[in-house]
Amino acid sequence: MRLLPRLLLSFALCLWASIAAAQTLEELVSTLPDGNYDDRAAVVAQIAATGDDRALKVLEVLLAGDLEVLDSNGRVVQIRKQGRDDFASDILTGEDYGEVPSRGSSKVRVNNSLRRDIRTAIGTMTLRHPDPARRLAAAESAFRSPDPDQSELLAEALAAETDPKVAEALAEAIAAGTLALGGSEAEKLGAVAVLRAMGNTDAKTVLSGAATDPDAAVADAAAEAVHHIEQMQNLWGLAQNVWFGLSLGSVLLLAAIGLAITFGVMGVINMAHGELVMLGAYTTFAVQEAIRSSFPALFDWSLLIAAPLAFLVAGGVGVAIERGVVRFLYGRPLETLLATWGISLALQQLVRTIFGPNNREVGNPSFMSGAFELGQMTVTWNRLWILVFALAVFAVLLFVLKKTPIGLQMRAVTQNRAMAANMGIRTGWVDAMTFGLGAGIAGLAGVALSQIDNVSPNLGQSYIVDSFMVVVFGGAGNIWGTLAGAFSLGIANKFLEPWTGAVLAKILVLVFIILFIQKRPRGLFAVRGRAVDA
Amino acid sequence: MLSLIDRRMGIFLAGLFVLAVAVPAGNLAMAGQPVPSYIVALLGKYLCYALLAVALDLVWGYCGILSLGHGAFFALGGYAMGMHLMREIGARGVYANPDLPDFMVFLGWKELPWFWTGFDMFGFALLMVLLVPGALAFVFGWFAFRSRVTGVYLSIITQAMTYALMLAFFRNEMGFGGNNGLTDFKDVLGFSLQADATRAGLFVLSAIALAAGLLVAKAITSSKLGKVLIAIRDAESRTRFIGYRVEEYKLFVFVVSAMMAGVAGALYVPQVGIINPGEFSPANSIGIVIWVALGGRGTLVGAALGAIIVSVAQTLFTSWFPELWLFALGGLFVFVTIFLPTGVLGLIESRLGRKAKPPAGAKEASA
Repeated sequence: MRLLPRLLLSFALCLWASIAAAQTLEELVSTLPDGNYDDRAAVVAQIAATGDDRALKVLEVLLAGDLEVLDSNGRVVQIRKQGRDDFASDILTGEDYGEVPSRGSSKVRVNNSLRRDIRTAIGTMTLRHPDPARRLAAAESAFRSPDPDQSELLAEALAAETDPKVAEALAEAIAAGTLALGGSEAEKLGAVAVLRAMGNTDAKTVLSGAATDPDAAVADAAAEAVHHIEQMQNLWGLAQNVWFGLSLGSVLLLAAIGLAITFGVMGVINMAHGELVMLGAYTTFAVQEAIRSSFPALFDWSLLIAAPLAFLVAGGVGVAIERGVVRFLYGRPLETLLATWGISLALQQLVRTIFGPNNREVGNPSFMSGAFELGQMTVTWNRLWILVFALAVFAVLLFVLKKTPIGLQMRAVTQNRAMAANMGIRTGWVDAMTFGLGAGIAGLAGVALSQIDNVSPNLGQSYIVDSFMVVVFGGAGNIWGTLAGAFSLGIANKFLEPWTGAVLAKILVLVFIILFIQKRPRGLFAVRGRAVDA
Repeated sequence: MLSLIDRRMGIFLAGLFVLAVAVPAGNLAMAGQPVPSYIVALLGKYLCYALLAVALDLVWGYCGILSLGHGAFFALGGYAMGMHLMREIGARGVYANPDLPDFMVFLGWKELPWFWTGFDMFGFALLMVLLVPGALAFVFGWFAFRSRVTGVYLSIITQAMTYALMLAFFRNEMGFGGNNGLTDFKDVLGFSLQADATRAGLFVLSAIALAAGLLVAKAITSSKLGKVLIAIRDAESRTRFIGYRVEEYKLFVFVVSAMMAGVAGALYVPQVGIINPGEFSPANSIGIVIWVALGGRGTLVGAALGAIIVSVAQTLFTSWFPELWLFALGGLFVFVTIFLPTGVLGLIESRLGRKAKPPAGAKEASA
């Protein structure tokens, strides 16, 4: 039965083609209102055969029943309804004819058989469109609404398809059609296999429908495939959560790692740490402004230029804080806390006075923009680079502390100040350098955070509680503890979020840390020994 | 009772009494109103801050517990009072709903959440002003002191506590008005909050509460228990080895202090007319610490003075040179910690030739 209209169509097509060969689209459209439905079907086929881009629009409007003929001048127009009034525009040229009275035009009528033909024609045009993106869209739309008239078209399109992605989408559309419209058991089982491999939510929906298939073998296979897809989706969801967690963890690590030095190694509570991060972010902003105005070509290098500058700016301010304030307060951690809090207020106001209170725009260089697909999850480049950057900073810091002379001196002064001084180490200078190192790393964190967060005078405030939590949770005095603390808190946060929402997840993590500190007051990786009590 | 009042306490309480008589008189009774109404509310606010500072001095100055979360107890007391004031609005709100506060109607809530029951009774609200901060301090302190979390670590987790509460109260789902908090109060116990007489009454109440808070704190610190607290501050491990249950003493004073902070918050809210989650912000709580440090830690009266001095300075600076206020406050933090370890009170008393108390608790970190 289904073949009959198609046969008729091709027959009429041949007939018409012999009478009036190679008519233009304009001529075809103007003849569309004439004759009976069969004549119209022949014209539709010819319109489709022109391959003209505008033909698709004509057919779509005709299918929707919005194609009419103006009685006044005989033009074929598209009717748009606005309220109770009809507005007409030329279907091909788009020329506006303004409002038309409802009796002033007559509809180009379509019946069910003609509608089927139009759909087929549209399908052919889009499935064979020269642009692969259009073909892909057509295949995807065929997947969503299986149509018996289209299954052969799809098969033909698949046979002719050269683009592997489009071919895959076509195969999936055919499989969905097979399951929805019927076929032999072998065909259906093949279709189930195709959709099982497709593995997304759309495939799952189709397969769930097929799980009630009267054929037990097909139903079982479909049910198994649904189960398989659910498992894969859970797995990918897990991977996505882990990725988000790692990303958040890398941000926390960057924010906290400088603190791990000043607080963890030196035992100085630096409440201005967040403001040093902010200075790093503003340094990035200033560098980008300079590049924009003077050397626009260098924009992609702006972060690489900003990083050492941010390290120097924040590190310099850090050394100034240490020499100017903190060194008078060694051994009085609570007073240090208050004094550095005061410095943080002053730094915030300073930046607000210089740069203004509003958010500043920091651009992403091209290598940090965009995202790529990994299986069923999306990974943005800037998050990936920040993770890499955080780990690199961590590795360099570890190297400095363990393998360089200055690192050795830092550890010596931390462990036993008097003995270190006796060995000829300038303890005051080492203090300043250690504090400066921690501050400089905060500046580096600012460069990275400027890529994902608002650069405003309040930037630092939003990280200070989090970064202290990371250091305390990981265990002060242990850089590895900070690493573990940052990533475990980041991942825990992201795993709670789907259940609780972002804010509640954060609250729960804070409560967890508060309880955790009760159990292990010195953190995850406690430093043991006498030095702890000093 | 009288034995509690030493010279500095006597001078302060006398000054407070004069203020509590003169300000309402100048506002209500004298011709030409030499004390404008907004000054009454402003001074009342300062007195609430002073009480809050005394509460913090009790734990920090005498027991070495540097709480960076005292603003949370203050805000909880404030919210308890604010909830009562919301219920007193009744059907006079914008939506004229007799059962639900405006923000709940706005959010489409159908009935009052369970934790709002009882707040229509003033007595119950007063009880909650004391109980809610007290209970939080008890639970928090019970865990923290038993596990011997001390010094900086304790400070950081108290900060985390107030930060977590701030995030929680910002949530609309919590049922405390979310971002906007509680506001648009009409009256308390039938007295209109806009009336001068009510404001003056609240001012006098604040002065009484401050005096009472000072005397309670003084009574605690002068008792034998107070001596143990000071011993804990100066040498916690030694006190424990002598046989005192350090955590119980700390817990007691922490809970008392939290309740005082709650009372301060409850008096603050009707005078300011609003309570919102911003009161929980960690910055506010650190601000309290600088009041105490400036005034003189471990002196009680000094803490109250410090709160008033900083608040007055803030009011003046933010109206005259708003740009400079944070520089001034930041500089104050640095200056006080480095050059004024005994605070303003210590400075005055040493200038007057009296022997100042030794710098309080220089050793608490090593405990």
